[in-house]
Amino acid sequence: MTAAKAAVRPPKPTGWRAIRERMRNYAHHHRSITILWTMAIAGALLIVLPRIPPLNLIQSANPWYDAFANAGVYVLLAMGLNVVVGLAGLLDLGYAAFFAIGAYTYAYSNSPFSGQDLPFFPMLVVGAAVAAVFGIALGAPTLRLRGDYLAIMTLGFGEIVPIVFVNSDPYTNGTNGIGGIYRPEALPFFGEFSPLTSFNYMIVMIVIVTVAMMLLYRLHDSRIGRAWMAIREDELAAAANGINTVVTKLLAFALGATTSGFAGVFNASKLTIVSPDQFLFAVSFTVLAMIIVGGMGNIWGVAAGGFIVFMIQAVVLKQLSGIAETLQKAGLLPVFDIGPLHVDIAKVNFVEYQYLLFGIALVIMMLKRPEGLFPSQVRRAELHAAEELGPDDPELLGALGDTPGNDEDMGDPAASR
Amino acid sequence: MTDVLHAKNVTKRFGGLVAVHDIDFTIPEGSIVSLIGPNGAGKTTFFNIIAGIYDPSAGSIEFRGRDMIAKARRAWMEPIAWLLPPAVLGAITLAVAESGTKNQTVLALGLTATILALLASMVIGVSRPPAYQRFMFRFGIFRSARPNDMVVAGLGRTFQNIRLFANMTAMDNVLVGMHSRLKTTWIDALLSTPRDRREEKTSRVRANELLTLVGLKGRGGVVAKNLPYGDQRRLEIARALASDPALLLLDEPTAGMNPRETAELTVLIGRLRSELGLTVLLIEHDMRVVMGISDRVTVLDHGERIAEGTPDEVRRNPKVIEAYLGTPPA
Repeated sequence: MTAAKAAVRPPKPTGWRAIRERMRNYAHHHRSITILWTMAIAGALLIVLPRIPPLNLIQSANPWYDAFANAGVYVLLAMGLNVVVGLAGLLDLGYAAFFAIGAYTYAYSNSPFSGQDLPFFPMLVVGAAVAAVFGIALGAPTLRLRGDYLAIMTLGFGEIVPIVFVNSDPYTNGTNGIGGIYRPEALPFFGEFSPLTSFNYMIVMIVIVTVAMMLLYRLHDSRIGRAWMAIREDELAAAANGINTVVTKLLAFALGATTSGFAGVFNASKLTIVSPDQFLFAVSFTVLAMIIVGGMGNIWGVAAGGFIVFMIQAVVLKQLSGIAETLQKAGLLPVFDIGPLHVDIAKVNFVEYQYLLFGIALVIMMLKRPEGLFPSQVRRAELHAAEELGPDDPELLGALGDTPGNDEDMGDPAASR
Repeated sequence: MTDVLHAKNVTKRFGGLVAVHDIDFTIPEGSIVSLIGPNGAGKTTFFNIIAGIYDPSAGSIEFRGRDMIAKARRAWMEPIAWLLPPAVLGAITLAVAESGTKNQTVLALGLTATILALLASMVIGVSRPPAYQRFMFRFGIFRSARPNDMVVAGLGRTFQNIRLFANMTAMDNVLVGMHSRLKTTWIDALLSTPRDRREEKTSRVRANELLTLVGLKGRGGVVAKNLPYGDQRRLEIARALASDPALLLLDEPTAGMNPRETAELTVLIGRLRSELGLTVLLIEHDMRVVMGISDRVTVLDHGERIAEGTPDEVRRNPKVIEAYLGTPPA
């Protein structure tokens, strides 16, 4: 039997492919260690890159660190929303609400407005827990709904929450929001948190993202993760296979909200002000766009998507005018006339056009690469299948079934021996 | 032989349409029972009632000795509901006694009423008559079994039109089927506890066994929608088997298959009974399959049972011939 199987197996890959496959195998079996290493490397790059050209030509290191820390907030949001939308398939358009709840929880516990001054790191957990409670409270009435109806309902919740914050003056200070929020306590090695040293925030953020990613990957690979995906694929069939859809969906809402709550607390402590207009629909929409761009369902993909989209939106587009000006001064960007049109790219204020450019990018993306920049392996395999061989090709089935590192080999005692 | 399933006088109405009318139906343990009938006869509706997708308009389902329609949602509240009337009566009696009355008759009556109420609530609570069930439903102490409750109780099913998790691998499909039998919680998963890892490993071994059983050995890594049609049907059976069911419901398992695939699947269904000791309820249009492996056949038409018996009896039944071919001209 073994001999027959070996004969069917395609020849062992060599060279670069072999290395890639071994790495993929390793990553699959040792998820948490892989994440630790990857995040350590990414963190080191984030520390070093802003200090060397070309990045340090655009702006100095501190604004870069600041931007990275802010990007981390969106990476967290994207990973949390990915649980709800990407894994469980529940389209949530009011995700910013949980972000707001986390932020306000911290603001109320740490500001002159309320007179409270509670420590930051425990509050990180408390804010997340409060958001989780609201996640469940919000999820409960939406359980019977699907697709469009669910989206409208969550959209409603996303609209309600900022309005509630505007109108409950005694607790939230209304439209002005809560200002002067205390910064986190100094860390042993890194010292004080202050606007001048965003480095500390970035380090804390990298740690939070690493832990969140590890935990989310564990859930993704577990019985619960499979249950979420089953509900996404076919809710009735999932129920007919013994999955308690009510509990499982609520858990998705709660964990999505928890991640968002973390982001909210962090963001409030960093900005030192929260106000209702920080949590409008645009935030929910941007996060949704991030996970679509990143590759829905793939955790590191949506994290990367969140980072990339945020950096493009918040940094690259803002710097484009400056870059264009520099180029023009260097004589690389000519000013020219086409008939009545006078084209002077350096005079364009790109910040004004950021949503236009963002929208165009999304449209192109959806046309050219609907599965996102970094789709999950299964989706990629399946898309290749459709393109190259056709779904019923026996050659493809053999190849896919015997790929090393796939799920089947993991539990096969013969393979691990 | 005991019955795995007993559907008692089940009726289902959709508005004015009676899809299933007063059907009494039993499935003996270890048998293969087929449900046949022309299109629109109510077979799938009946199937869905058994599987917990629809609640019957009337009647009840007893599955492995348990009433699945009146499933206790808050089981701890049911005894409280029983004890409430006797407790109230007892409290009143006590209060009267404490108030210093010397009337022995009143006290005796109160005590008798309390004991009678206690007895009555025990009898009612055990026998669960319909009025009691309606009462318990009204206050949310009872609810009907949902599909996932049925799976936990030991029922596996496949669908008429394949409903696999199309974008998941064959292996993951089977693992989802195992969901109700796995014990790790989300906290186990977060902490990656030894229990979680052990269970994950054993469940994968088991899933491989199931894939081998249905003839999908080595296909575990294939995304379900890329499998050929016949294999998808087999995978659906493997997924249903993953929850270790006592009763397997197969809704037209050979629909759309070629004769060779059909023959293979018929053999497989026979093996499920002989090797795993399963009881099978089959809806099928292919008469060769039905007549070949069934112990008993029930024929439905317009929501009513028109015949029941061994395959041979049913084949010769004039009512069945009429239902399928129409009335002969006078």
